[in-house]
Amino acid sequence: MTMTDVQENIRQRELTTPEGVDLRLVLADAGERATAFLIDMAIMAGVLIAMTLIAIGAGIAARFKAAEIVGTIWLLAWFFLRNFYFMAFELSPRAATWGKRSQGLRVVARNGGPLTAEAIFVRNAMREIEIFLPLSFVFGAGGGVDGWIAIAGLVWSGIFLFFPLFNRDRLRVGDLVAGTWVVRAPKRVLDVDLVAAPTDVELAFTTAQLDAYGIKELSVLEDVLRRADPDTMKAVSTRIRNKIGFTGNVTDSNFLRAYYKGLRGRLEGRLLFGRRRKDKYDTA
Amino acid sequence: MEQLTLKSHRFRAEREAQWARLEELLSRLERGANRKLSDDEVIEIPVLYRAALSSLSVARAVSLDKSLIAYLESLCARAYFIVYGTRTRLTERLSQFFAHDWPNAVRGLWRETLVSGALMILGALLAYVVTLHSPEWFYAFVDQGMAQERGPDASTAELREIIFKTHGPDGLTVFATFLFTHNAQIAIFAFALGFACCLPTAFLMIYNGLMMGAFVALHQRHGLALDFGGWMLIHGVTELFAVTLAGAAGFRIGWSLAFPGEKSRFEALTAAGRQAAIVMGGVVVMLAFAGLLEGFGRQLIVSTPWRYAIALATAFLWAFYFYGRPAEGERP
Repeated sequence: MTMTDVQENIRQRELTTPEGVDLRLVLADAGERATAFLIDMAIMAGVLIAMTLIAIGAGIAARFKAAEIVGTIWLLAWFFLRNFYFMAFELSPRAATWGKRSQGLRVVARNGGPLTAEAIFVRNAMREIEIFLPLSFVFGAGGGVDGWIAIAGLVWSGIFLFFPLFNRDRLRVGDLVAGTWVVRAPKRVLDVDLVAAPTDVELAFTTAQLDAYGIKELSVLEDVLRRADPDTMKAVSTRIRNKIGFTGNVTDSNFLRAYYKGLRGRLEGRLLFGRRRKDKYDTA
Repeated sequence: MEQLTLKSHRFRAEREAQWARLEELLSRLERGANRKLSDDEVIEIPVLYRAALSSLSVARAVSLDKSLIAYLESLCARAYFIVYGTRTRLTERLSQFFAHDWPNAVRGLWRETLVSGALMILGALLAYVVTLHSPEWFYAFVDQGMAQERGPDASTAELREIIFKTHGPDGLTVFATFLFTHNAQIAIFAFALGFACCLPTAFLMIYNGLMMGAFVALHQRHGLALDFGGWMLIHGVTELFAVTLAGAAGFRIGWSLAFPGEKSRFEALTAAGRQAAIVMGGVVVMLAFAGLLEGFGRQLIVSTPWRYAIALATAFLWAFYFYGRPAEGERP
């Protein structure tokens, strides 16, 4: 099993639909969450700067007569941006801000039910203690507060900031209280079926040759073929040829495709009879 | 030849078009173009979703094509969230919120509201008594920026001027907006702090009371307490009640974290979070109202009796709205 497979299994969670099918959702990891958040912050900062420039421009254009209305709009816009940017996007059908979308993430209710407006409000209101509280201690250090108190406050509020790293489900405080979690929901395109692509030559393998490997090796082979890196294909092809004692003179690509098709046919055939051969060591 | 047409390949070829159709409809929905979907297409989605789910179950049983299964899992999850996510209209949601959800949630928090209010009053009394006897304590409770030119050294005339200052209509909108955004942020903060086992929220409530008490005592020494009351309460009834509710919402969350009762800690926290969120959504509305009263009402109405009249009216309004009706369960 590759490293990423192991990690995905640890973070895989069951979500059984009312029809009784487990969707096997995978939780987002801390890095993806942090990246998404930073992108969102960058967007908010960008909007804020643009808004300020427009406000200044409008103030100058109106020769400061309309300064009041410009100031009001600016204040309100910042308030709504800070509090409702996340909420508005997470209430949409995709339940994700631009940052989360870029990382292929979405917010989901932990019980699998519909994501309510209340839950979204809570998970975002809690950001106050997760982000803005630590920030206020960082910037408060210069403002007359005793340095040590500021540091103690920072450590204390840091617990909320780094909360996601201390639990298995990567929940931040907001997720915990709102009953939500953030999962991977990338849009996937349907790749071509590797057995459908025509091969130049037809190779036949004996049953013994096809029994050399199991499902795990098949999935590795699938990755190799989809990535189509010549060096890897050559290395893999050589190993398989040696292992099964194949001597035919065909290109690596053709050999691997043909062997993939043969192996998958063999394993799927046995699957229909209830034999799931996990890997090459499995004697089932 | 058996080898050439794998069962899993035929299975995929037969259903591929259906999946693509579902994917297309989902993409249009997710782009927010649901008005462009015809009735037939809307009805089509659940059917296609169930077909895709059954494809997923079959694929897991018969196919060893990893990418196919990953594709189906992602497609089914997307469809699941569309099919089972509730889609109420915003107007319905809002009327439901103001008619039922909000008053019910506030009533449900009555214990926390009492505690939160009591802490604030406790703080106010404490600061009042202390400051009345020794005015030099004023700055222990109120920081310089907040006090502005009011302080133990200010003359009666100066204090009077602040209370009865009338701005022209200039600058009031910005002022009102600033007050609203500032106070709403503080309230949300008090609420979020509840998660840290209630204590920081309790401190914030007491502190809020301390500041109030110190101000009242300061004006009392100049015989202006009554006028100061009008100045503060015209918007203060709404604002202080909103802050009390925000504290109560924070307490509910902190309490359920510390003492989850019979439920698991997660469940208790989630239930408390839901109720507290409804209260907080309403608190923001209340603070917007208070900001308007403070920014416009207080500067335009300078007669103390009128200020008290408005304060009383708002007090009755909120009391009746939240507590004046029978609880939901008693309704036929």
